[in-house]
Amino acid sequence: MTSDALRLDYKIIYDAVEPGSRVLDLGCGNGDLLYFLARDKNAKVQGIELNDAAIYQCVRKGLSVFNSDITTGLIEYPDQSFDYVILNQSMQEVTNIDFIIREALRVGRKVIIGFPNFAYIAARFMLFFRGKAPMTEALPHLWYDTPNVRCLSINDFRNFCGEKRLRILKAYYLGSKKLLGFWPNLLALNAIFVLTGESEATPCEFSDEKKGERC
Amino acid sequence: MKKKQSVGPVETKYFKFAEPPNEMSLELGGKLGPVTIAYETYGELNSGKTNAILVCHALSADAHAAGYLEGEKAPGWWEGMIGPGKAFDTEKHFIVCSNVIGGCKGSTGPASVNPATGAPYGLDFPSITIADMVEAQRHLIDYLGIEKLMCVAGGSMGGMQALQWVASYPDRVRSVIPIATTLKHSPQQIAFNEVVRQSIMADPAWREGNYYQYGQPEKGLALARMIGHITFMSVQSMEEKFSRRLKNANYNFKFDADFEVEGYLRYKGDSFVKRFDANSYLYITKAIDYFDLSGERLAPEGREADPRFLIISYRSDWLYPSIQSQEIVRALKRRRVDATYCELRSTYGHDAFLVEMDEQQALVRHFLDKTFEGYEVVRTYDI
Repeated sequence: MTSDALRLDYKIIYDAVEPGSRVLDLGCGNGDLLYFLARDKNAKVQGIELNDAAIYQCVRKGLSVFNSDITTGLIEYPDQSFDYVILNQSMQEVTNIDFIIREALRVGRKVIIGFPNFAYIAARFMLFFRGKAPMTEALPHLWYDTPNVRCLSINDFRNFCGEKRLRILKAYYLGSKKLLGFWPNLLALNAIFVLTGESEATPCEFSDEKKGERC
Repeated sequence: MKKKQSVGPVETKYFKFAEPPNEMSLELGGKLGPVTIAYETYGELNSGKTNAILVCHALSADAHAAGYLEGEKAPGWWEGMIGPGKAFDTEKHFIVCSNVIGGCKGSTGPASVNPATGAPYGLDFPSITIADMVEAQRHLIDYLGIEKLMCVAGGSMGGMQALQWVASYPDRVRSVIPIATTLKHSPQQIAFNEVVRQSIMADPAWREGNYYQYGQPEKGLALARMIGHITFMSVQSMEEKFSRRLKNANYNFKFDADFEVEGYLRYKGDSFVKRFDANSYLYITKAIDYFDLSGERLAPEGREADPRFLIISYRSDWLYPSIQSQEIVRALKRRRVDATYCELRSTYGHDAFLVEMDEQQALVRHFLDKTFEGYEVVRTYDI
């Protein structure tokens, strides 16, 4: 299997990571992403995962993993221990997001954050017309068994980065099969942001920035 | 089936070193020599001598980790982990297990004859530490011609030895597997060991350690072991194993063993007296209490190469709780050492590392595969 067969969010993160990087994945799941980064990009990878079945999968792939939750996972690492800290589809499952992102930026030079967009059009329809808690491809859980404890949109996260003075190096908006160029807050199922800490304001370096930004 | 996967018949061998005047210097001062180490090996050392694994035993175990000694029905203490096709795979690896010094299972200890007096050492035996146990193992490994161990593994006190190998000889170990262990004993753990020691020393038959011509302080040693067994189990495993079941139909009100759990502890205590030296129990529990690799001692700043770690703890283990394994993880994170940590579910308490095999086997096997073949193994895995 090559990296082309990876699911879309993995593929984007895979492409974003420079070869030979040191990578920490918070909530690494079964380790597929880290495995490809180690195998094909010669990355030095470390996973953190709570689920023991997923940890066995990682160890089977030859990966190094710590059995820990995300909040305590970053403790004790010296500053700038990694080139990338990945928080893909795990940020919305923790309560103290501000602390975690600060810690991630302390431990890593760059932080890659992927999360489902609660303002996706189908979610809005479901809430507005049917009066029900949204369920989409990116939000597949019923309200009573979802691991998500934070509901945010792409605009929410952009505002958060502005308030916290986090510099957005790159933003990717994901549809079902491919990247989207415009109206991301309305049309994207998921978003992936690459952040860094050192920042004055939040210059948006991505070209599609102006298109439909306020949707 | 079980026999088929076993290394089969094995024998204990003996290695003698530190003949006077070249006695072994000990960590706390003092010298010991000559020193005999009882050891067993399983599998074949490859031509490059790169496939050797040292397995370290816990408090009361011995060099007999796998297979069957002549005339014995029970296999070695880690039979579930060591053998053809098992986690420590004797078809791939060369496995060494030795009895610690200070012990009484063939290696030099307080029950051995003191060459100066011609009588058993008793309390004249010098104080030994986990580092001394490892130093003795190092002599054995040298003797076997092994420059670098592929792995050092062990549970409980065996895990302490594995950690001590990293502290003493970081460049002679490629990987370590400390299981259900700690960087240092907590006051609670020291307290249990102290109660254990006091129960031996309170027995008049202990005679300040000079009991060898009279027989063991059986009452004290049996009581010590009973206390130990309580700490090795969990609330849940004791409930499952004994509940409140009675040995006979009714309470007898005579302070006999009414409950099954009482009978079990008495049996364990009595059988222990037949196989373990009371003074060894004192010396080894002290060595465990003195052990302390906290702070920078495990992985000091500026050290060139660090071995890889696989750290395993068990959720129901309250004697060596997971938080102590997480302390090891934290010490390694501070140095960014390549490591894996997993807390396994088991209801067996501290005993789990000896009886709960499936997950432990899988983790160890895959971890060793990567250690054995280097990062290349990452390239061959097929998703």
